[in-house]
Amino acid sequence: MTDAAIATRPNNRSYASLTLRRFLKHRMGVLGAVVVVLLCFSALFAQFLAPHDPLLINTSQRFLPLFASWEFPLGTDDLGRDTLSRLLFGGQVSLMVGVVAMLATMVTGTLVGLAAGYYGGVVDNLLMRLVDTLLCFPQVFLLLVIAAFVPPTILSISLIIGLTSWMEVSRIVRAQVSTIKEMDYVQASRGYGASNWRIMLVELMPNILAPVLVAATLKVATAVLMETYISFLGYGVQPPMASWGNMLTNAQGYFDTVPFLAILPGILITLTVMGFNFLGDGLRDAFDARLKMDL
Amino acid sequence: MNQPILSVADLSVSFRTDAGWQKVVRDISFDVAERQTVALVGESGSGKSVTALSIMGLTPLGSSRVEGSVKLNGRDLLALPDRQMRKVRGSEIAIIFQEPMTSLNPVHTIGHQVSEALLSHGGVSRTEARAEALRLLERVRIPAAKSRFDEYPHRFSGGMRQRVMIAIALACRPKLLIADEPTTALDVTIQAQILELIKQLQEEEGMSVLFITHDMGVVAEIADRTIVMLNGEVVEHDETSAIFRSAAHPYTRALLAAVPKLGSMTAFTHPRRFPIVDRTTGVADEPQETPDTVKPDDQPLLDVSGLTTRFEVRSGLLSKVQARVHAVENVSFQLRGGETLALVGESGCGKSTTGRSVLRLTEPLKGSVRLEGKEILQLSPEEMRNQRRHMQMIFQDPFASLNPRMTVGASIAQPLIVNALADRTEAPDRARALLSQVGLQPDMAGRFPHEFSGGQRQRICIARALALEPRLIVADEAVSALDVSVKAQVINLMLELQSQMGLAYLFISHDMAVVERVSHRVAVMYLGEIVEIGPRAAIFGNPQHPYTRRLLDAVPVPDPARRHVQRVVVNEEIRSPIRAPDYVPPIRQYREVTPGHAVVVDA
Repeated sequence: MTDAAIATRPNNRSYASLTLRRFLKHRMGVLGAVVVVLLCFSALFAQFLAPHDPLLINTSQRFLPLFASWEFPLGTDDLGRDTLSRLLFGGQVSLMVGVVAMLATMVTGTLVGLAAGYYGGVVDNLLMRLVDTLLCFPQVFLLLVIAAFVPPTILSISLIIGLTSWMEVSRIVRAQVSTIKEMDYVQASRGYGASNWRIMLVELMPNILAPVLVAATLKVATAVLMETYISFLGYGVQPPMASWGNMLTNAQGYFDTVPFLAILPGILITLTVMGFNFLGDGLRDAFDARLKMDL
Repeated sequence: MNQPILSVADLSVSFRTDAGWQKVVRDISFDVAERQTVALVGESGSGKSVTALSIMGLTPLGSSRVEGSVKLNGRDLLALPDRQMRKVRGSEIAIIFQEPMTSLNPVHTIGHQVSEALLSHGGVSRTEARAEALRLLERVRIPAAKSRFDEYPHRFSGGMRQRVMIAIALACRPKLLIADEPTTALDVTIQAQILELIKQLQEEEGMSVLFITHDMGVVAEIADRTIVMLNGEVVEHDETSAIFRSAAHPYTRALLAAVPKLGSMTAFTHPRRFPIVDRTTGVADEPQETPDTVKPDDQPLLDVSGLTTRFEVRSGLLSKVQARVHAVENVSFQLRGGETLALVGESGCGKSTTGRSVLRLTEPLKGSVRLEGKEILQLSPEEMRNQRRHMQMIFQDPFASLNPRMTVGASIAQPLIVNALADRTEAPDRARALLSQVGLQPDMAGRFPHEFSGGQRQRICIARALALEPRLIVADEAVSALDVSVKAQVINLMLELQSQMGLAYLFISHDMAVVERVSHRVAVMYLGEIVEIGPRAAIFGNPQHPYTRRLLDAVPVPDPARRHVQRVVVNEEIRSPIRAPDYVPPIRQYREVTPGHAVVVDA
C-alpha cells in the first residue's frame, strides 16, 4: 500500500473496534455472551425478581410440581421453599463464587507469569517449579483439604478455588511474556529509561491481555463447576443458604420422585458453563488476528 | 528468435477481500527466451512475487483468481489440471525462495532431501538418486559434499542452505528456474557467491531464469532483460543495458536514482543526501553535500575502549559452560558530537551487540564506555535509567519496534512521561510536533502502528528516539528492511536531523553503499573485533585489510556493462565466533596507515 493511501484512510479502525467486529461475526460467541448477560442480570436482581424469600419454609406446600400454581411457578422443595426464588438466589452465590475465584486466579496467575517470564533465570525457575509441584495434585484434592480447615463462606470458598487454579494462567502468561519481552519495542522502552514495573504494565500487559481474557471466561465456568462440586460434597456453601451445588445435593434424595428439583439447577449450571465457554471461544477468535477473518 | 520458453500474456491475479476481488497484478505480459535471464524488479507490494507464484500455480485455491495465459513451451499452464501441473513443477519449472533458513526440512538430512526431489519425479532407483544427489551437491559447490551428505540442515549456514535449495531445484533439469529474492536474506559476500553460482549453472545447464528482486545492483549483475513493476503493472520492459542507460519511465528513473552506488562519494568529504526524484516527471535534484557537522571538541562524545561482550553457551545437567560466543572482543573507538561512525560487517560479526553493549541493553563483560566523560558501565540501575535519555536506539524491524496496542502518539510520548520531561497534558502536543519534525502529519498521532507503512513506522521510531533530545543515536540496521526509495528518504531525514541537532550516529549496517553515503568514519568488524577503522574516504579509497577488500568487492555494481566480468569469489562460509571455554583471545596490534586510519596486524 502506498503512503498516500494510508494517509487518506479514515481513522476509524482501532484495535478494539476491529476485535469487536470480529467477535460479532462469531455466532456461538455472541450466543454465549447473551446467555452470560441474562444469567448475570437475573442473579444481580434476584432480590426484585424472586417472588418469595428463598429461605421461607412452608411445610404445607411441600413438593409442589412444576407449573402447578402462579404462586410457585417452578414448584417447591422438600421444605416447601420456592424453587424459582432459590434458583435465583443460588445463581447469585454460584456466579459470585465464579467471578471472585476467576479474579483471584487471574491476579495470581498473571503476577506469577509476568515475574517468571520477565525476570527469567532463578526467579523463573523457582516459580515454575512451584507451579509444577502444585500441578501434581488434583485440584479437587487440594480444594477439599483446604476446605476442611477453613470455615466455608462465599469469600473463602471463592479464594480457595481461585488459589488452586491459577497455575495454567501463569503458564500462559509466562510463555507470552518471554516472547514479547524480546520485541524491539520493549527494548526501546528500556532504552529510554522505563522501569521494570512500567515495562510490565504499559508494554507487556496490553499485549498479553487477549489470552488472559479468554482464560478468564473459561475460569469462571470451571469455578462455577468447582463450587457446585464441593457444595455437593458438603464442604461448600452451607444450608440453608442456596447455591446450585447444594440444591443438587439436597435433591439427590428425591431424584426418583421429584426429578425436576435436580434437573433445574443442573440445567442452569450447564447453561452457565456453556455460555462462558462459548464466550471464551468467541473472544479467542476475535483476538487472534492470525485467523485473519475477512473484514 | 525461436519460440520463448515461457510466455506470459495478459496475466491478472486477484485476491478475495472483504471489499470484493482485488486485482494485485494487472494484465502483464512478457516472454522468457531460451537461456535468457529476465529480472522482475519492483518494491514491496508491486506484485512481483505473486506473478511468480501464479506461474507455478501456487496461489491459494479459492481465495485467488488467475486470468490470462501462461505458456511453457506453447502449453498453457493455467488450463492444466492440478495433477499434471504437479509434474510440471520441479521437472520443468523449479523455484527457489528467499528464506533459506525455513525452506529446508530440519528433520531430514541434506542428502535425503535432494534425493527425495529426484525420487518424487520417478524413474530412478534409490542408489541412483543418491549418486545423482551427491553430484548435484558438488555442482552447487558445497565444500566436502561427500562428507556433509548425511548432515542435517542446522549444520549448514544460510548461504550453504541456499546452495542446497538450488541443488534441489536443479534436480530434474528444469528448463526454467524462478528465483524469488534468493539472495535478499544473505550477506553481501555470500550474495556474490550465490549470484556467481546461478550465472555459472545457467551457462552449464542452458536453462532460463526468471529472477525476482528489489535490488537494482543485483539486476545489473544478472539480467539480460528487465521488467519493472509498480502496483501490479509493468511500467517498463526492456534490455537491462537500455534500462540502465536511458530509462523511459519516471518510476524506473526514480528507482535507479535511489540505488546507492559504491564510489559515488570520492569527490566529497562530508555525507551527502540521496537525490529526490519526482515520481511523475522522473527529474532528480542534485543533492548538496551536508555542511560539516562534526564538533571539533577535544573530548569525544563517546569513548569506548576495550569493550568485551561474551555469551555463555551452557548445556548438560549442571549447566556447565560448553563454549563462549565472543560476540564483541576488545573493541575501542571514539565518536565526536555530530559525527557518524559506521560499524560494518556481516551477520554474526558482533556489530549489533556492540551497539547494544554501548547502551547497556546487553551487559558487557568488561571495558569502558564513556559518554561525555562519564563512565556508563559503572552506573547503578537507577543512575543508568536517568542516563539513558542521552543515548537512544533505532531498530531494524519497523514492524517489531512499535507497541501494536498503543497509538503512535502515545508511543512517542512515553519517553517524555517516563523521564518526567512533560506531563500528560503537554506530552501529546510534543508528540505531534515530533511527528511533523520527521515529516509526518501531526494528526496521525491517534493512529495505531498497523495503519502505517514500513518507512512511516521507521520515521515514528526516529521521532520516539528524538523525543528525549539525545546526543547519540545508535541506528541498528535502521534502513535495511526498507525499500530503496524509502531507504533514501529515511537516510535523508537522518542527515537533515544531524545537521539540525548535531546528533552523533553509531550507524550499524551491512550495506557498504549506504555506509559510504552517510558516514564520516567507518569501522569494519570481523568475528567480534574491529579489523580496520578510519575516515570514510580512507576505508573506501585505500582499504588495507583483506576482509575490508572482500566486503567492498562483493557489493553488486549497478552497471550492466560490467556484468560479464567474472569476479573472483571465494566459496568460503562466514566463520563463527564460538570458541571453547578455555580460549584466550589474542591481543591485537594495530598499524596506523595514515593518521586516524588503523588496521589490525595479522599475526
